[in-house]
Amino acid sequence: MTTSETEPTPAVDTTTTPRHASRTPDRERENLLEVEDLVKHFPIKGGFLSGSKSAVQAVDGVSFTVRRGETFSIVGESGCGKSTTARLITRLLEPTAGKVTFEGKDITHLSDGRMRPLRRDIQMIFQDPYSSLNPRHTVGKIVGAPYKLQGVEPEGGRKKAVQALLQTVGLSPEHYNRYPHEFSGGQRQRIGIARTLALKPRLIVADEPVSALDVSIQAQVVNLLEDLQQELDLTYVMIAHDLSVVRHVSDRVAVMYLGKIVEIGDRDDLYDRPRHPYTVAMLSAVPVPDTKRRHQRERIRLQGDVPSPINPPTACRFHTRCWKAQEICRTEEPLLLQIGTGAESGHQVACHFPEEPSGPAGIPG
Amino acid sequence: MEDPSLSHADPEAVLVGEKQIEGRSLSQIAWGKLRRDKVALAGGAFIVFLILVAILAPLIVKITGGPPNAYHEDLLSPYIPNIPAGDFGGMSWRHPMGLETVSGRDIFSRVLYGARISLLIAILATMLSVAIGTTVGIIAGFFGGWVDAILSRIMDMFLAFPLLVFAIALSGVFPDKAFGFSGLPLRLGLLIFVIGFFNWPYIGRIVRGQTISLREREYVEAARSLGARRPYILFTELLPNLLAPILVYSTLIIPTNILFEAALSFLGVGIPPPTASWGGMLADAVTFYTVPHFMFWPGLAIFATVLAFNLFGDGLRDAFDPRGR
Repeated sequence: MTTSETEPTPAVDTTTTPRHASRTPDRERENLLEVEDLVKHFPIKGGFLSGSKSAVQAVDGVSFTVRRGETFSIVGESGCGKSTTARLITRLLEPTAGKVTFEGKDITHLSDGRMRPLRRDIQMIFQDPYSSLNPRHTVGKIVGAPYKLQGVEPEGGRKKAVQALLQTVGLSPEHYNRYPHEFSGGQRQRIGIARTLALKPRLIVADEPVSALDVSIQAQVVNLLEDLQQELDLTYVMIAHDLSVVRHVSDRVAVMYLGKIVEIGDRDDLYDRPRHPYTVAMLSAVPVPDTKRRHQRERIRLQGDVPSPINPPTACRFHTRCWKAQEICRTEEPLLLQIGTGAESGHQVACHFPEEPSGPAGIPG
Repeated sequence: MEDPSLSHADPEAVLVGEKQIEGRSLSQIAWGKLRRDKVALAGGAFIVFLILVAILAPLIVKITGGPPNAYHEDLLSPYIPNIPAGDFGGMSWRHPMGLETVSGRDIFSRVLYGARISLLIAILATMLSVAIGTTVGIIAGFFGGWVDAILSRIMDMFLAFPLLVFAIALSGVFPDKAFGFSGLPLRLGLLIFVIGFFNWPYIGRIVRGQTISLREREYVEAARSLGARRPYILFTELLPNLLAPILVYSTLIIPTNILFEAALSFLGVGIPPPTASWGGMLADAVTFYTVPHFMFWPGLAIFATVLAFNLFGDGLRDAFDPRGR
């Protein structure tokens, strides 16, 4: 890769301007992926003889659309259902209810056989580069597996195609015969990315692609993903638990809490004018690198733990930890409604008492 | 986990100056580690030696004491009844381990032929256990759910089976002729079946556990997200990762089976006399505890063999252990 990759993080300032300029006219781009009221409940089985008693409500009515060419990020803490959502979109899990539409085609309950050809278009990058590559396969076999599994014979042969892919992601073609354990975490993630690119997908679902990596490597991989998006015209659904990681690559961001989306908005709307108290709290937890400015903002500490998704709180699921909660939050569920106007019309929030646009928090700078 | 020189290196830096370096697979690394483990190598060398000696037994005994069932009553003591003449149970160049009591059969020949029986039964029984255990374990682990529940309960039942009592009872009631076999081959087959068929749950459980743990790895999900079918996941993604633990535990089951065969023969329900077996020799020797050499040689054979297999198996396990990498 270029030298920009070895530099840590100033990309926030350098890349936003050109990307932002090109974003606005694409507002009306067609939808590549539509998700409606997606639900996934995992039944808890008592054992061989006892039947199922309750269910983990991992994803409970999630709706969003992803436009062609954009980066849509889903952010939330561990256990909020964001990874499950990723696996529902890629149909690694069978949805309990709801609808997933890809390029106008309903793929919610397609059989394995009918889903197979579509898998070329929807690919997934996995979280843990130490577990997503089979330790007994060579890099060549791993990156070439998509061709084998989809019965595709690339021009010039598989080996050549794989070596070209390795070069695309910044590895050497000579790595073809090596094994995953001979690589570092960042290099392994590059191998995983090369594998997802093999079939020239349209949509890439990246499940926390950098959270298992060193901070210094994270920027490299994020920048690689961004470069690839421009070169190969990719659409990303990016899953993350760290708001700062996805900030400079996202076009739109959704915040999830306990299986529901609490806020969706354009990147700048959400980061600069967060409306949901949970988003505000999350943003206030992002460390500020500048020690002088650190005192300027209020750090909101949420009380208690995330409630169990087996028995989530009634109505607004955040009411148990929310400092603004009132009686209505316990009895009536807030719907995800449009809150902004004009340029901010894509901003939706599910809260009875949304923050004012000039909220107390947000990442300074 | 990995080569420290690689772990945090700049990707550019790693690319420099490594044009045609072949990757080292996990098996190659394991072999490299095993080669440095002198104790395990000694165990392995003894096993190889034992197998060679067992195969070449008919040739070796031609040079030394003759066939294992040849009586040498002329070499027994003329003064004390049933006891071999000479020091240490009649030890000589022709009879390096001395002679048996009563019959005067050459102990060295019988220990060699006993090795054939022991290894044959132990290895074939282990292969049977591994074949059944691997198949059942993979099916239980891979499919999960009620398949797993039923297969796991079956494994529990087999483990709860009073094997020794069953083996004694079965050998008592088993006919001399069955399935077109009779005599020693039938007896060998019966022992292999009893030992192998009732020990498979040990392998089965290990394979099941490994399969469950591997099934949840992200590379399996990655294969599924590429449209892989079940056979591909099973044979290409899972099985190569299962071979190492299967190999390790097979090596550790063989000595258990050697001991079990010896125990059955000792109790008189294993290999019928006059065929030489280590357990049978020990049983014969018990009556003559005043002549310790008779007990010593077959006992040493069992001890050394079991120890060698265990040391080698332990070394193999250490070599394949991912934490040691």
